[in-house]
Amino acid sequence: MVDNSSSEILFSEDTKIDGTVGHCFADDAKMSMRNVNVFYDKKQAINNISLDLARNQVTALIGPSGCGKSTFLRCMNRMNDNIAICRVEGEFKLDDEDIYAKKMDPVLLRARVGMVFQKPNPFPKSIYENVAYGPKIHGLASNKAELDEIVITSLQKAGLFNEVKDRLDDSGTSLSGGQQQRLCIARTIAVSPEVILMDEPASALDPIATAVIEELIDELKEKYTIAIVTHSMQQAARISQTTAYFHMGQLVEMGETKKIFTNPSHKLTENYITGRFG
Amino acid sequence: MENELHLSQHISKRFNQELEEVRNQVLKMGGLVEQQVSNGLIALLEADQALALEVVETDAKVNAMEVEIDETCTEILARRQPAASDLRLMVSIIKTITDLERIGDEAEKLGKNALKISPEQSGAKQFVELRHLGDSVKKMLNRSLNAYARMNVEEALDIIQSDRLIDEEFDNLSRLLILKMMEDPREIKNALRISWCARALERIGDHSKNICEYIVYLVKGKDVRHTSLDDVRKSLLAES
Repeated sequence: MVDNSSSEILFSEDTKIDGTVGHCFADDAKMSMRNVNVFYDKKQAINNISLDLARNQVTALIGPSGCGKSTFLRCMNRMNDNIAICRVEGEFKLDDEDIYAKKMDPVLLRARVGMVFQKPNPFPKSIYENVAYGPKIHGLASNKAELDEIVITSLQKAGLFNEVKDRLDDSGTSLSGGQQQRLCIARTIAVSPEVILMDEPASALDPIATAVIEELIDELKEKYTIAIVTHSMQQAARISQTTAYFHMGQLVEMGETKKIFTNPSHKLTENYITGRFG
Repeated sequence: MENELHLSQHISKRFNQELEEVRNQVLKMGGLVEQQVSNGLIALLEADQALALEVVETDAKVNAMEVEIDETCTEILARRQPAASDLRLMVSIIKTITDLERIGDEAEKLGKNALKISPEQSGAKQFVELRHLGDSVKKMLNRSLNAYARMNVEEALDIIQSDRLIDEEFDNLSRLLILKMMEDPREIKNALRISWCARALERIGDHSKNICEYIVYLVKGKDVRHTSLDDVRKSLLAES
């Protein structure tokens, strides 16, 4: 357990919640997180959060800035490992494997639990190389023909192939913002992940490119388990099956998206999604 | 309503205003509809032809209000994409005004029939039961609108339950009218018209009941249509 006495808590007593309302646990969980606490130096960013990502579902993490949703997302593929002052406690399981176990190679983990970021970040390489890079370093293809196959199917799954098939040697950075984001998704898919984590994947895109990405997410959930952090409530409502509302490092409410957006149980959730003063 | 739904607590002041305005529009429409029902009844029972005509003509105003509120709601939905209690408020308003408009139509029927009841035969006045049914329905509508204004779920559930009594009164009056028609066939024409008015009143009771069901949905997020009241009370009790 965490010793709070030595920690500067980011939240005051009156904003503390008495446990999470709703349903945080899935019957068929792909990832299970239990009693997660995260500290940046002495500041506690996540306070005892437990939740599941249901298999082949989209789980949306929503909440105001600084509520810990991105921090939590990043813990799920050990992206916080490289931040010296960051300390992560609690249990993280991918199926039944402990992802923070000593024997777990974070590089391999990140192939299984991929991440798509807010700003499209293609490598300054060709479109082909962007997608081929992961499979190459993970040795997923034994020859050029196999690698070509992986690149093409990944681009197809990301809904980008038809737009770039004649210019696979062009630089990835020459694409439009929406295309670049789909290229990043193709790059994530190329290493056959089990889970895809998305941190505001459409916030830098126009409505059409956003709709394309959202449609893609809906298709991807057939094969992958997806967690998405978003500031757009409408986006969470449109694409997720389960929504988790974070507030000041705590999980206030989690449950069926339909319920959260029509009849949330917690006042803080209600205030946030309806734009009221909390 | 303010206490339950905190309509004025949005960060956007303009949104607060819009919700307040549309809510006032609904209350205003409710007031007009109530007046229509009341006047329709007086016109019928007192054989007041001028008032009957006024009721028939005023229905256009009720219809116009429905259209206006519908437009306001559509605009709020498009601009604000309300969620949670705001969304339920919009849905309940759109449904409520449909019922209010239909109550308006029933009131218009009272007026139309009042104009056509022949003064030579026994009028509506002699039916104490009709007056009684009218009073019960008026009271039920008034209570429903008050419950709506105050977002009072307990009262709404009570009113839903009371609709049964209206139905019973309607059945009694129908039996009486059949007897009247059997006794003297010359009375059939008027008795039929009075029977239609009774049906209109009974329908107003049904619409008032619907409005109360929307109140429960708005405040508790529970759809209680086509559910037994005992089940509703039990599930609401289990939650609180």
